[in-house]
Amino acid sequence: MNISHEWLKAFVPHALDAAAVRELLTAHVATVEGFEAVGAELESFVVARVVESEKIPDTRLSFNKVDDGSGELIEVVCGAPNVTVGAKYPFARSGTTMPGGLLIEKRKIRGFVSNGMLCSPSELGLGDDHDGILELTTDAATGTRLLDVLDLSDARLVVDVLPNRPDLLSHQGFAYELTALTGVAKQMPPELADLPATPKPAEGESEAAGRGVSVRLESTADCPHYCAIVIRGVTVGPSPDWLKRRIESVGARSINNVVDATNYILHGFGQPVHAFDLAKIGGSSIVVRRARSGETLTTLDGTARVLSNDVLVIADAERPTALAGIMGGQASEVTEGTTDILLEVATFSPKQVRAGRRHLGIATDASYRFERGINDKSVPRVAPIAAGLIAMVAGGTIEEAVNVGVEPPAHDPISLRPERVSRLLGDEVSADETARLLTSIGFAVHKSGDAFQVTAPSWRHDVTLDVDLIEEVARLRGYDRLPDVITGSRPSSVPDHPMHVVGRRVRDALVAHGLFEVRPLPFTASTDAAAALVRVRNPLGDDEPFLRDSILTTLAGRAEYNLSRMQGDVRMFEIGTAFVAEANGALSEEIRVGALVMGARRPRHFTEPDPPAFDAWDAKELAELVVRTAWPGARAELSAELSAEARAGETGALWSLSVEGTVRGHVREITLDAPVWAAPAFGVELTLGKMPAAAVAARGAHDYSRASDAAPRPQPVRYARLAVTPAAVFDLALIVPDAVSAAQVEQTIRGSAGELLEAVLLFDEFRGDGIPAGTRSLAWRLTFRHPDRTLRDKEIDGRRSQLLKTLDKEIGVRARTA
Amino acid sequence: MTDANLTLHDFTALLASFEAEAAPAMTGAASADALDAVRATYLGRAHGWLKDLSAKLGQLEKADRGAAGKAFNEVRLRVEAALEARRTELSPRREAGTLADPSMPARRSWVGAVHPVSQVLDEMIEIFRELGFTIALGPEVETPWYNFGALNFPPDHPAMDLHDTLYISDDAVLRTHTSPVQVRTLQAWAPPIRVLIPGNVHRRDPFDASHAPTFAQVEGLVVDEGITFADLKATLTHFAKRFFGATKTRFRPSYFPFTEPSAEMDVLCGVCDGSGCGVCKQSGWIEILGSGLVHPSVLESAGVDSEKYTGWAFGMGPGRTAMARHGIPDIRILYDSDVRFLSQFAR
Ligand SMILES: [Zn+2]
Repeated sequence: MNISHEWLKAFVPHALDAAAVRELLTAHVATVEGFEAVGAELESFVVARVVESEKIPDTRLSFNKVDDGSGELIEVVCGAPNVTVGAKYPFARSGTTMPGGLLIEKRKIRGFVSNGMLCSPSELGLGDDHDGILELTTDAATGTRLLDVLDLSDARLVVDVLPNRPDLLSHQGFAYELTALTGVAKQMPPELADLPATPKPAEGESEAAGRGVSVRLESTADCPHYCAIVIRGVTVGPSPDWLKRRIESVGARSINNVVDATNYILHGFGQPVHAFDLAKIGGSSIVVRRARSGETLTTLDGTARVLSNDVLVIADAERPTALAGIMGGQASEVTEGTTDILLEVATFSPKQVRAGRRHLGIATDASYRFERGINDKSVPRVAPIAAGLIAMVAGGTIEEAVNVGVEPPAHDPISLRPERVSRLLGDEVSADETARLLTSIGFAVHKSGDAFQVTAPSWRHDVTLDVDLIEEVARLRGYDRLPDVITGSRPSSVPDHPMHVVGRRVRDALVAHGLFEVRPLPFTASTDAAAALVRVRNPLGDDEPFLRDSILTTLAGRAEYNLSRMQGDVRMFEIGTAFVAEANGALSEEIRVGALVMGARRPRHFTEPDPPAFDAWDAKELAELVVRTAWPGARAELSAELSAEARAGETGALWSLSVEGTVRGHVREITLDAPVWAAPAFGVELTLGKMPAAAVAARGAHDYSRASDAAPRPQPVRYARLAVTPAAVFDLALIVPDAVSAAQVEQTIRGSAGELLEAVLLFDEFRGDGIPAGTRSLAWRLTFRHPDRTLRDKEIDGRRSQLLKTLDKEIGVRARTA
Repeated sequence: MTDANLTLHDFTALLASFEAEAAPAMTGAASADALDAVRATYLGRAHGWLKDLSAKLGQLEKADRGAAGKAFNEVRLRVEAALEARRTELSPRREAGTLADPSMPARRSWVGAVHPVSQVLDEMIEIFRELGFTIALGPEVETPWYNFGALNFPPDHPAMDLHDTLYISDDAVLRTHTSPVQVRTLQAWAPPIRVLIPGNVHRRDPFDASHAPTFAQVEGLVVDEGITFADLKATLTHFAKRFFGATKTRFRPSYFPFTEPSAEMDVLCGVCDGSGCGVCKQSGWIEILGSGLVHPSVLESAGVDSEKYTGWAFGMGPGRTAMARHGIPDIRILYDSDVRFLSQFAR
């Protein structure tokens, strides 16, 4: 909402400057976001008097000497026909930039020096008049600032009016507030003094007819109040300067006197009004009704619109002529040839205007106000002002008025216990102060017993509860006046959410491991027709209308993004939500961690200029890292027998991952749309937990019975005695048939080596020379230790041969000789 | 051990041939790896030649063993000296404590980073933790009731226009703010409640330089007996001082359906100190968060007695803070996941 400082002053003649008003409104009413000085571009223009003037032969030009107050006469060439010696004009010295951007410079025209410019209204941006320079009727001395003489200076306050305060969508609305804040009484703007009067209207509840026009309301729910006023004999033309200035001061464009007058009422009083060309209203009758399905109307903007029963229209005897509360029709538009006007001042149902404008997909200044709710009682008050203003600026006679509608119900009184004001605000506010502040902005306050009965004014639809009144009191007193007191706090009954606790641990582990956390968008395109993804019903674009069901899908896209920017070393992870469509159609949210690595395993260094690339074993490590961090001490298994989830979708799955017997995720090699130089990418995806979405309790109820969702405390680590005896170490180089896995061999070793086995390390794999086809050589290093004494060589040799015997017998694995 | 079958002369010959072979092998090793292999062959403790020689000492006459041992040690020391000399030649290390060129870079590991938005979130959480707040989370797909109805949004009202909503179905929306978790928390836990609610929220906003359809929000909720607006103001002012180092805050009237009274908090612009600049759009203030006393209808939606309990709530966007803090000109950079961007935030 644009507010003109000067216009507001016309309503409340306060003495504050615009900056002070800005502070006051922001602190107490609504935030002033922008602040523009109007006329600032005329800052350096001055009043100058023409001292001498002579025609330049064979041209329209004159050569003049001008007194600009500087003490010497300035030579100026001027093309205007109306240069008069002795008269005063706006003057731009050379070096001045015109409102249009033109820089005035010293130059020579037809041999005459010109050192500045005498200005016409259009050159100053003060209207379309460019027939001659602007003669100033002023006593001001030459050299006086033009702004001081023309009284042009103004400031535009751009106010962020929130949806609960439609009453602030006008200067009058802010005038109420400013009066309350400054104590300066509100008045009718002086420019509206002596308006022509409107005759007493013909009245009716749902219909009424005057001498020339009739009004009928199909439903007073859709249109509670409609006032039609006939003005005959108007002359449509340019607005007077003061009206133009008002319209332009809020950033609108002056169109003609009739339209400008209606806009004055809109911005001045917050009441949208519409002027019809009466000659174009069939049967001179107004019917406010729902459109019939399929009816059409071409609106002012030239768009032919197909209407529906959701749309409320103003119709004449035959067809719709305007969209009620939204936009007028082209056919009944006021044009230069218009002589008779039907002025509409009405209220329409907010819901109906909203339904209609959403159906048609348009929004206007009028619909914006109607759908938020205008002052229920403003029609009878504003209608004569609007009619009078048109008659004043466009001439003509206000002939008759027809006023149809029902008196809006008053707001229900709200009970307010004054001590509750202090109790909620945490500051002592007396009952008297509460009453005084509420009264100052139009609330009616009646004491009844210990409580106040407070009735909101007709323009305040947002105040229905005692807390709403407390807000009014708090803001009018000023939030800054409240004390800063931290209330002694009791500890929160809510434990930390386990997903936060676990997620944070995993995040820190992965960052410490050298990965970057990412926070990409969770939307995705469907790459697989078979995938059951959750679709957004109204996505912004059709390229990514689905919610992802896998973090790795997102990370793969981000890796490709990096590859396209020549970044081949990608290590990233995300802890976020996967939206999984369950078989029964329900949606389940899983908090997952996804991690992707590709490229160099270590930074390049002169000792290792070409480090190896990440491979599957690094991904397996990542998986183990996450499991260890998320579920300390839990039994985890990475199995090459893939779960259904790991097999689904893309290929490349390497291991399924289960924790305490529950499948939690998988490790895979990721196929990317990658350039040839890119290293292979590997990924891990793991579900940390589910985010329940079921209702906690019925509406309006709570349910404290559910067990705490707190994260389970990890089992504390038990101290193991540190060995003081020496270890015995030997290596086992084995020939392992391809059908036997390393894990099987290791399991067998662990199963038969006895309790003194301390560690088993697979340290070598070899195929080739000397190794029979269909087998490979694997080498383990075994560490044995007795807790109390040194092991003898014989004991070690015994274990070694026993182990080899068992390996041969159970899985056909023998020692590698040679 | 009396069966002497090796003479001192033989042993000395063996020692000489060992030295004649081992020393040049050491000196001739072309690399540190090759030197290691040579060392294992000649001096290895398990299978090295020298070990074999030391075993042979036992086969000498007792009387000869002293002289043989002395000779053995002299050879061993010479060969070891050759090894060390070659090792020094091969390594960039000239002598202990010096490097040939100490200016050469360290060997490094990859360094990861927490996303800048998460870093901001972490710091915010840290400050509220000191004030006794715990962390609550909730689902991102919500029912319209949790997202709007329970939070006192009037049905089909222009207030909804502030939240351009992404719908999954008539019964499911992507939450437009973290506030539904207020209701869930109030339904599940009895006061006193002091929680911080971080999470992603979604709006039907075009993805451009200043908007993203998904962004992080963090919300706070306090509900107990006797909670006041003064408490809200004091706590949030404390936060602003700690987090922004703000010298001054101000509270302005605002509107949120789920708080009443509602206020927005600004901090004095640190760039211009309040005199007005491009950063604060000439206002002298930077908008930080929206807040207010919890609307009684929100408490009642969650089955909490609004006469007995009062509370306050606030919400803010760590993404904007991260952008302002780091001078990030385009919000999309936060989502692109370019490793060159992310690595700037390694600590
Ligand atoms: Zn600033």
